[in-house]
Amino acid sequence: MEITFTLNGKKTTCQIKASATLLELLREALNLTGTKPGCHEGECGACTVLINGKSVNSCLYLALNANGKEITTIEGLTKPNGGLDEVQESMIKNGAVQCGFCTSGMVLNIKALQLETMQNKKVPGSGIKNSPNRNEIKKWLEGNLCRCTGYVKIIDAAEEVFNKGK
Amino acid sequence: MQKINLTINGRKHELLVGEHEMLSSVIRDKAGLTGTKIGCEQGSCGACTVLADGLPVLSCITPVMRYNHAEITTIEALSKNGEIHKLQEKFVQKGAIQCGFCTPGMIMTSFDFVSKNPNPTVHEVKEALSGNLCRCTGYKKIIEAVAEYVLETNHTSITANQPITTSSKVGVSVPYIEAEKKAKGTAQYADDIYTRNALHCKFLRSIYPHAIIEKIDYSEAHKMEGVHYIATGKEIPVKFGVLTVSQDETAMAIEKTRYIGEIVAAVVADSEEMAALACKKIKVTYKPIKEFLSIDDSLNDIGENKKIHEHVKFNNNVHKKAELRFGNQQQGLEEADTTCKFDFTFEGINHGFTEPHAATAWWDENGLTIITATQVPHYLHRALAKVMEVPLSKVRVIKPYVGGGFGGKSDPFPHEVIISYLSRKVGKPVRVRLSREEVFITNHGRHPSKMTVKMGVSNDGIIKVLDADIAIDGGAYGSFGVVTSYYNGVLLQAPYKLDNFGFRTFRVYTNKPQCGAMRGHGAVNSRFAVESTIDELAHKINMDPCELRMKNFLDSNTLTVGHYRITSNGSRESLQKVMDESQWKNKKGKLPQGKGIGVGCGFFISGSALPIIWNELPQSVVHLKLDFDGRVLITSGASDIGQGSDTMLAIIVAEVLGIDIDKIFVLAADTLITPVDLGSYSSRVTFMAGNAAKNAAENLKNEIMEAVSVKKNIQKEEIILADNKVFSNDKTVELTWEEAIDILTANRGAVSVSGKYISPKLGGDFKGAGAGLSPSYSFGACIAEVDVDMETGFVKIQNVWGAHDCGKAINPMAVEGQLEGSWHMGIGQAITEQMKYYNGLLVNNNFLDYKIPTTLDTPDIHTHIIETIDPEGPFGAKECGEGALHPVIPAIANAIYNAVGVRITKLPISAEDILEQMKKNKALEEIKTV
Repeated sequence: MEITFTLNGKKTTCQIKASATLLELLREALNLTGTKPGCHEGECGACTVLINGKSVNSCLYLALNANGKEITTIEGLTKPNGGLDEVQESMIKNGAVQCGFCTSGMVLNIKALQLETMQNKKVPGSGIKNSPNRNEIKKWLEGNLCRCTGYVKIIDAAEEVFNKGK
Repeated sequence: MQKINLTINGRKHELLVGEHEMLSSVIRDKAGLTGTKIGCEQGSCGACTVLADGLPVLSCITPVMRYNHAEITTIEALSKNGEIHKLQEKFVQKGAIQCGFCTPGMIMTSFDFVSKNPNPTVHEVKEALSGNLCRCTGYKKIIEAVAEYVLETNHTSITANQPITTSSKVGVSVPYIEAEKKAKGTAQYADDIYTRNALHCKFLRSIYPHAIIEKIDYSEAHKMEGVHYIATGKEIPVKFGVLTVSQDETAMAIEKTRYIGEIVAAVVADSEEMAALACKKIKVTYKPIKEFLSIDDSLNDIGENKKIHEHVKFNNNVHKKAELRFGNQQQGLEEADTTCKFDFTFEGINHGFTEPHAATAWWDENGLTIITATQVPHYLHRALAKVMEVPLSKVRVIKPYVGGGFGGKSDPFPHEVIISYLSRKVGKPVRVRLSREEVFITNHGRHPSKMTVKMGVSNDGIIKVLDADIAIDGGAYGSFGVVTSYYNGVLLQAPYKLDNFGFRTFRVYTNKPQCGAMRGHGAVNSRFAVESTIDELAHKINMDPCELRMKNFLDSNTLTVGHYRITSNGSRESLQKVMDESQWKNKKGKLPQGKGIGVGCGFFISGSALPIIWNELPQSVVHLKLDFDGRVLITSGASDIGQGSDTMLAIIVAEVLGIDIDKIFVLAADTLITPVDLGSYSSRVTFMAGNAAKNAAENLKNEIMEAVSVKKNIQKEEIILADNKVFSNDKTVELTWEEAIDILTANRGAVSVSGKYISPKLGGDFKGAGAGLSPSYSFGACIAEVDVDMETGFVKIQNVWGAHDCGKAINPMAVEGQLEGSWHMGIGQAITEQMKYYNGLLVNNNFLDYKIPTTLDTPDIHTHIIETIDPEGPFGAKECGEGALHPVIPAIANAIYNAVGVRITKLPISAEDILEQMKKNKALEEIKTV
């Protein structure tokens, strides 16, 4: 089956199996291995990508459903000149990266939160306003497991991103 | 995009492919099977051969859509369940694999052929393989491998395959340690390494030989989909060049172009096709200016015109002038009873390595990393740091398997600089692969040359004088040219004793692709000139040309007139060997008209005693690491480009430590991990890296002996390392290798040792004394037998007997491979190869028009190794990779003279020239008889 979608700003057409997940498509067919497979059942969040600006577990998402949508992976967050996104910068600066396997998903989920709050409105279902506080960040990142950091520095990193925006 | 179903090696693929996409790119890029190689993209080299529905096809010119639903078989499918096919095994065992780039195509073609023709003759095998080019082996061992496979599959009961030996001995033939990988198609070359999500780079090249660039408009190209960045010359202004004295090249043309094909702009895009399309949209406004295309043009005063390079001293395009004189040439000419003077001309020659240049570069927190097909990671490391304006510590050059070099990958190249720049600019890996046409235009091959040689001999055959006047056409930039200029002259001072020797040499810039180092660097053309002249002199004084040479050879342990220190010297033994083997005495002067036999001799350096960039570093350092598992890790900067240097290092270390080579792992040519070796050029690796490896192994041996002597309370000197054991003759110590290593590593852990090679101080104290200085020289001789068609002038080379003094053959099979490849390359230059230009445009920029000898063009080669045990070489070894090329070309020309009385002083020797000369001779005869 053929699908067409926008991947990291670029129109992409692929031939896929009906049963393929977005995660499989990204990693195997498109060589974008920044998106990590952690559990294949939506528990760990390592495979998080942005679909039309919203964070989604790509391991549970059929590639077929990506047709016509806009997908951003961790590779797409890097700027055209190789520079890093502010979320990535903040993660590095705060020592929030240890083994690094959950990092892609963490970064994209923080990005998703930033995109939501940038629209300066209440995020549906979360109660988060423009600048989320520490607890709200924790709540938002609940679906992303990390076994290295104890989350402290990840939340520090996210908090710094939002404080900068204040 | 079209949908296609293919079964590749039994696995079903459903793929989207471009309408005009070639089968090769689908196999490599989409199915990830990089064993299938792309050498020419026009079906002229055979490296891409695969089977489609059981028939061999050249996948690089086969549109994939033609094979919808087909079954494709590639090299990867030949080995089953981890066991390689018997045919592959034969290639490995017989040493039929050097650089390995042609190997998958060779094996697929011969596999198909022998499965359909179980009882072929050798000629039929040659015919079947005549569409597959190999530039390393001279085909001899490839044909032998196929022939032996045929023999053994037909008589399975007679011979069983012998196990591949891992014996450690210096002087015992072993296949290259990576040969099996190359036979299976799993050895990764630069273009086989797919860095994820790399962007692709393509170049826009100049269409004028000499033109001012008035304007470059890439606005339209920049808007195209998938284009990330477009760079032009002014962005990378720092000049570079392999020699410190000629840093005259920039990555792209700035302000003006100096040859047709010079890079003017570079596009980086999502795919190769997008980048190529964008290049077409770039508009460049040129203002052509007076071009200089010949040696004579460039030697002359240029009047009001613009010079090719402003830094040239006088109002011409002379890049380098050198002159050296020893003794008194005038007096020599007077003393000679017979003199002879010839004018020679030589066309340019391209290396013709089968693997096109390819590279991938990226930047990360460690700075720049580049994986590239290079012979000189160290010099590239320095050049990239300079041009990218970063510290040396921020550059890492990795050499993967390289598909042949022959000098053509021994400079830092514009494409390497450009992708380094672009990958920094776009923040992503950038890859590039040159097309065969681009490889030809990049060139750096043998200089087109003109020379006049005067020689004189006494009636008793003693050479009294040699005087040479040489001009070489360097093309647009310097490259190794200053060295080439000197080598053309200085490398005439052996193998004969000369008291009165002098030369003058010019190198000029012209508006053509640049020339540089190529196998036999600098000395091949002038050697041809001298050996032809000697042949004429022998004829004039009515002396056998072999006898004349024998009378004049330098002795061992002597100095040449230009202060070269000659140590071991196998000239006489080499010449005697080929005389005996060819039955020279029975043939010379006794063959019918149209059949001829000729001889040539030569010598070459075993590495330059002086480094290119002056410093006090050793020329080579080798590290060894030995840990609890008993495996020795060799790390060396030496660059294996198919000549077998990795294997050479393993054999030397194994010999010293008395272990098998399967206990050794070689990690080479990664400038971050491996200590510096200057590179694979000037035939230096066996001598220099080999000596460094020997030194390191001796240091490690000493450590082992010391540890064991303390533990076992025995004199160190009584401990012997051999046959994978550590023991003493009185049996106080009887340890396996592993047990000895336990003793060594106890309370200490892994042991690392270092070894080095530094050339002794050599040479005279005059300007130019350093050129051609080497700690040792190789010597050799060739005899060729030819048939010349009296009607057409067509030359068929029937036999080449060659003997080469390599000191000691560390790995005889590899040495034979080097010699056979050298002679094969010489045969090409002698009669078929030349770079043809039309107003500065290289017109034969491909393997269909540039004629590398095929299996059928290559005569029977009879290979003889002469060993003289050099006092300073590792186990007595010296070079074998280049020196063998020199004698073969004049041997062929002299054989032609012997056959039809025609002395051709122009290379390549064409049938037309022979015929014309024959007609002139005939007319002269007729006049005489009238």
